[in-house]
Amino acid sequence: MLLEAAALMGGLGLALGLAIGFASKLFHVEPDPRAERVLAALPGANCGGCGFPGCAAFAEAVVSGKGKADGCVAGGSAVASKVGEVMGQKVEAQEPRTAVLRCAGSSGVCGLSCEYQGVETCAAATLLASGPKRCTFGCLAMGDCVRACRFSALDLGEVGLPAVDEARCVACGACVKACPKGLILLAPKKARVHVLCQSHDPGKVVAKVCKVGCIACRMCEKACTVGAVRVDDELASIDYAKCTNCGACAEKCPRKCIKDRRPEAEREASRREREGKAAGGKAGKERATKGGEGMGEGAEKGAGEMGGKAASPGGADAAVAKGKDGLKASAPPEAPAKA
Amino acid sequence: VIDLAGLFVLFFTAAVLNNFVFYRFLGMCAYLGLSKSIDTSVGMGLAVTFVMVIANVVTWFIQWYLLAPMGLQFLELMTFILVIAAVVQLIEMYMKKHVRRMFDAFGIYLPLITTNCTILGITLLNVIAQYDLVQSVVFALGAGAGYTLALLLLAGIRERLELADVPECLQGVPISLITTGLLALAFSGFTGMV
Repeated sequence: MLLEAAALMGGLGLALGLAIGFASKLFHVEPDPRAERVLAALPGANCGGCGFPGCAAFAEAVVSGKGKADGCVAGGSAVASKVGEVMGQKVEAQEPRTAVLRCAGSSGVCGLSCEYQGVETCAAATLLASGPKRCTFGCLAMGDCVRACRFSALDLGEVGLPAVDEARCVACGACVKACPKGLILLAPKKARVHVLCQSHDPGKVVAKVCKVGCIACRMCEKACTVGAVRVDDELASIDYAKCTNCGACAEKCPRKCIKDRRPEAEREASRREREGKAAGGKAGKERATKGGEGMGEGAEKGAGEMGGKAASPGGADAAVAKGKDGLKASAPPEAPAKA
Repeated sequence: VIDLAGLFVLFFTAAVLNNFVFYRFLGMCAYLGLSKSIDTSVGMGLAVTFVMVIANVVTWFIQWYLLAPMGLQFLELMTFILVIAAVVQLIEMYMKKHVRRMFDAFGIYLPLITTNCTILGITLLNVIAQYDLVQSVVFALGAGAGYTLALLLLAGIRERLELADVPECLQGVPISLITTGLLALAFSGFTGMV
């Protein structure tokens, strides 16, 4: 009995072992060694920013030709060049990008239209008449983007709006997908001036619901010397390819919804440069005139509801000062001189 | 002649009355682990069914052509573990080479369930009940269907629970266990049907 048992177990073990050994030769699948090397070069965060489920899947896709070598957004150009090396492809350097929340309507400046008592996610709240915020385009700040971020780069900041930690953000785009309002944009890291509003409502409506919403007054468009700012469909937007980060639009914006995120010293420097240009020479004067007229039109458009008839540049100045409460310090120094 | 009615009863009993999760409380680990979404629960359920059938057929031959004639039934447990593990491994190798799509669908679940307690459990129960080969296959299919049903039920409920206002101390596994208990209670209502 004991012998039989031992013989049976031994025999079975031997037979199955041999079978598996044989099968491993017979059914051997040659794994692409490049897949492993690509995987080793990837960050391993499995963020899904590439559009594939995880780094391993992306590595497979790159090797089989379905994925691009520079598809890893989290790794940026460093990883892209490594992957390109493995695959024997030349990879062009990518510009580093970062997520930008295009809404500045914190609870202090854009209130609630109703009390929301439901599932605490932006996606759920949006389904209910676009959410409890007075501005239907505004950030609901329930943190869908924060939860989507695998890199701890987002955080519901002190003002009650998600804040992006640019040092941590790898521009994987998870938050972009998570935001039901489409408020997050992946902008080049070197672009420092952003329009922090996504409201396509007419200026009249925006002015009612939010203190920092874009009213499409076009002052930014006129202030921009390189044609990077455009107002389209009741909303300003910046073409980052053209923008030189001069901050002129941010300074002119009466609603302060265009933000210049450079250090204070740099902002001061380009402000002085603008003033210097405006003061010196004929070209400077012409630009100042343009600026003044531009303001006239802009103010008329934006402050039309207040009955401000701005015909001359000086009048425009007055209308602006009267119409916009956010404008205390922004009467430009060159305009009064002209008037 | 095959007794179709008898086989149907066998299938139904294995799937619903004596459900492997709700009646026998087997395979709880995989049941709780893979029931977070309906997608994974379907994959896991199919993989379990597949391996159950394979295991039942293989061990049926081992039992009635090797162990029983030699009078070595006390070796059931050991031989079954050995044989099932090896056979699933072999099948996995074969699929990887020749049925790549099936491997991609099952691949991640197969190593999880070789000699999982549901698999071992069904082969031992199969021996105790002394089913013939056809009955063994039907028994395995029924048990697999029952396991898939249990996974799907819990996955559906858990997807809803994600949005429900569950007290903090019960969130996650505790509420899933409570749900499982309630489901088992509901399933006990089938007792005595056959």
